[in-house]
Amino acid sequence: MASKAVITGVADTAVGKVEGSTSLGLQAEAAAAAVADAGLSLGDIDGVLCAYSFTEPHLMLSSVVSEFLGIMPSYSVAVSAGGATACAQVMQAAALIEAGICRHVLAVCGDNRLTGMSRDKAVAALSEVGHAQFERPYGIGIPAAYALVAQRYMHDYGVTPEHLAGIAVATRKHAMRNPKAQMRQPITLEDVARSKPIATPLRLLDCCLISDGGAAVVISAADAARDTRKRGIEILGAGQMNTHEHIIASPSLTDFGCKQASAQAFGRAGVKPADIDVAEIYDSFTITLLAELESIGFFARGEAGPAILAGALDLDGALPCNTHGGLLSYAHSGAAGGMFHVIEAVRQLRGEAEGRQVASPKLAFVHGDGGILSAHCSLVLGRN
Amino acid sequence: MSKPLPQPDVVTRHFWSICKEGRFEFQHCEACGHDQFPPRLSCTACHGADLGWRPSSGRGTVYSFTAVHRAPLESFKADVPYVIAIVALEEGVRAMMNLREVDPQDVTIGMPVELFFEPTEGEYPLPQARPRQMYPSETLKIIMNSDS
Ligand SMILES: [Zn+2]
Repeated sequence: MASKAVITGVADTAVGKVEGSTSLGLQAEAAAAAVADAGLSLGDIDGVLCAYSFTEPHLMLSSVVSEFLGIMPSYSVAVSAGGATACAQVMQAAALIEAGICRHVLAVCGDNRLTGMSRDKAVAALSEVGHAQFERPYGIGIPAAYALVAQRYMHDYGVTPEHLAGIAVATRKHAMRNPKAQMRQPITLEDVARSKPIATPLRLLDCCLISDGGAAVVISAADAARDTRKRGIEILGAGQMNTHEHIIASPSLTDFGCKQASAQAFGRAGVKPADIDVAEIYDSFTITLLAELESIGFFARGEAGPAILAGALDLDGALPCNTHGGLLSYAHSGAAGGMFHVIEAVRQLRGEAEGRQVASPKLAFVHGDGGILSAHCSLVLGRN
Repeated sequence: MSKPLPQPDVVTRHFWSICKEGRFEFQHCEACGHDQFPPRLSCTACHGADLGWRPSSGRGTVYSFTAVHRAPLESFKADVPYVIAIVALEEGVRAMMNLREVDPQDVTIGMPVELFFEPTEGEYPLPQARPRQMYPSETLKIIMNSDS
């Protein structure tokens, strides 16, 4: 069997409100920094995987980014799977490398959703993912679609608004240790309960941020990685599952493809959920993380909420999770939001997560979900 | 900016034209018996193309719901808070609808609802739902089912 691909470089830009930023500029800055982090030069990159942009959309974004960077990759394509994009980029890069097609793949994303468009425009653009004929005429938006999941999940498994609020509070606690995070002021369960209702049961503090920011990762062949600056982080396993796009067509409102995607990734890595030392899991809403933690098998049904209130996701908890502050408190700038999770996992495994370092982790789990828990991609990363 | 409106196409034209007559129909696979909604070109269970249409009684229950306080589009801002529900029709298919004629605070999962058709700014009315008064025999049936 061919050696597994390794992550050799990671970088993200400043996040939050980045005045004067552009989507292309954020992507280029992140790309150059990730390549430098690997100790490579842009000329070493022979594969480019881009994502998508709201503020500078283009039919061939990957070509646009390569042209802007001044590189001529032999493989280049844009990946578009919503919040699953970043993990899917890494999974695809690993496949390209393990197939011998590329040596060093750049996976890059970035958008200036906060300063480049109004909050109303961003929310309206996101609402377009609703089914044109059978959802959008009813006033659906992404928070409302996740709220439909939350309401049913609460009904079936005894989850309470306080359990969801516990996720927002735990994630903020992580962000407070991260000087780069967009939101660092402490919040309490009461703050979440008193924040503006968005779509019941979800309140403002149950919802992810809207941010500017870019993120990039370099994935390299194992033999090529010997020349890089830092010890490579191995991509031990990856998996995907795609069950639907629109919430109206979801087979279930409580059981999602993250179960099969993660099972594939764990299986390919030869590990179990209990072996994971640190997890970085998509948290577009508090319910997203809760449903994923329980569907993936980190907690039994109905048990994540109470465990999280007791500190399970904290640095010294059973499963340190979203240690950078997640989409809820670190930043969410489109596809880059999911890439921040990948980058944090790598930093944790390298021991570079200053001030928020989990004690010598060996295995990290990363998960992204796109749509309304529609497209799922999981990664198991390891320090070799 | 107006609200998004039904846009009948080759797959959904039958559905929307029947809505104009005040009926809600879903697709039924003549090969495997699978019922489905929203309409597709083929059966999502057996992938066969022999699809017919079956009428719904118009009765269902709330499968899940949310009261929207922040509208995604300008055109819905005057409506907040409005309720979006996933309604489980008694024939087994589910559809999204707004739940009208009810205080959002009073909505519960399992609440009996009935369909009605609400005019839009466009040509086609939208199927919507509102709380349904149950007849005593029906109430009894639900009580008996919940015991089993
Ligand atoms: Zn069939």
